[in-house]
Amino acid sequence: MRRARVPAPIGLLAGLGLLLFLLPLAGLVIKAPWGQALAEFRDPTTLTALGLSMFCSLTATAIALILGIPLAVILARTRGPLRNVLRALTTLPMVLPPVVGGVSLLLAFGRRGLVGSYLYDAFGIQIPFTTAAAVMAETFVAMPFLVIAVEAGIRSLDHRYEEAARSLGAGYWTVFARVTLPLLRPAIFSGAVLCWARALGEFGATITFAGNFPGRTQTVPIAVYIALETQPQAAITLSLILLAISIAILVGMRDRWLGAL
Amino acid sequence: MARRVLALFAIALMAACSGNGGVPQATVTVFAASSLKPAFDKIAVQLLANDNIVAMFAYAGTQTLVSQLTQGAPADVFAPADVAHMTTLQSANLISGQSKIFAHNSLEIAVAKGNPKGIHSLADLARPGLVVVLADPSVPAGKYAAQALKNAGVTVHPASLELQVTGVLSKVSLGEADAGIVYVSDIVTSGAVDGVAIPDAQNVVADYPIAIMSSTQNRGEAETFINLVLSAEGQAILKTAGFEGV
Repeated sequence: MRRARVPAPIGLLAGLGLLLFLLPLAGLVIKAPWGQALAEFRDPTTLTALGLSMFCSLTATAIALILGIPLAVILARTRGPLRNVLRALTTLPMVLPPVVGGVSLLLAFGRRGLVGSYLYDAFGIQIPFTTAAAVMAETFVAMPFLVIAVEAGIRSLDHRYEEAARSLGAGYWTVFARVTLPLLRPAIFSGAVLCWARALGEFGATITFAGNFPGRTQTVPIAVYIALETQPQAAITLSLILLAISIAILVGMRDRWLGAL
Repeated sequence: MARRVLALFAIALMAACSGNGGVPQATVTVFAASSLKPAFDKIAVQLLANDNIVAMFAYAGTQTLVSQLTQGAPADVFAPADVAHMTTLQSANLISGQSKIFAHNSLEIAVAKGNPKGIHSLADLARPGLVVVLADPSVPAGKYAAQALKNAGVTVHPASLELQVTGVLSKVSLGEADAGIVYVSDIVTSGAVDGVAIPDAQNVVADYPIAIMSSTQNRGEAETFINLVLSAEGQAILKTAGFEGV
């Protein structure tokens, strides 16, 4: 069957939409001080921020895997209104402005917060302004991406494999570890990558909950923001690094995403 | 961010104007340091009452305002928290005419209500175990705080370098930080923290300049706003908000 031609106005609007994505990228690449980029890359501030960002985003992804997969299992197995409530709670950080997320984290885990006050009074532990706070902020914002991806994976799973394994005498943990998890590998992988990318780009919740200090809580996006006002060249270089990472993610995931279609 | 707020404001305003018979309302757009918000919001009320001009504000850290204005953000009046950033825009030919100093602000130590940690001087900020938050040195308040600490010969290890002075204030008022260095005006208008005075010999006085942007389309309104700020009425509002007049 011949496909209907797309009317010109749709093509035009689509082109405009594409330009909105493309022009800022082009601006970044064309306006970048390429000659200076390498020198900026050797700048200790840049390297410190980059190292911290890597550490925080990877730790956040690891925590999201440990807590998010079980959450996805529960979400996929729950029925009825409880499921809707759980889902809304899980996806809330995706739609919440990150700064609001940061404020709520302060009110929960701050020195005078709901939970934080007990931690502080009993153990003298203060979470805000620490690297742990930056990791928490990133996990809070990024984990939903993993949960949603894995939950969708569980839903589309052919449960007959698990039933077959169970009928052959395998217990819950054996089935989970040997059948369910391997089947879920593509979903877990793409969820983890999305989660990591989101954690790497986190700004609002981090600056609000963890503050800004080089080497402790100053991640790349915060360093970009500060540099933009004092050394714009450094800001552009750091932005290029983030752009390169994002493109690497897209290229690396290409087969997975296309494969899923 | 500030620009987005401004745009929303402009849309709301347009809607409001078309509502009252389509009479265009005179407006003036002011880019002002975030420490000026309490005072300028009150001056805006006076401006509307006296001259029927609506003032629209973009409040942010001075360094943020400068980068936005350098990138072409439309504004009529610029009021940063230091002379250095005014000079930056002047040398970029973005300022029309001379700038005028309209207020001074000095620094104070912000502490929790009742000063539970017993902080009485800048030297106390170096005490181990104390959580101190400063503004980033790229922000005027952070630059001034660093000068004051240098004057006092004190080295502190801040927990965070906030991106604007209001960030310092909120960390102290939420109880996450034990102390921070902010403007006297911040403490006067906040009400949520107590201030510990810094002796004149160590303190730094911030000068607030104000000027008209060369790209302004509302020169008359901009002049009216600046005259009001410099008038006895405007100076009284600034004093109530904790600034020193000129």
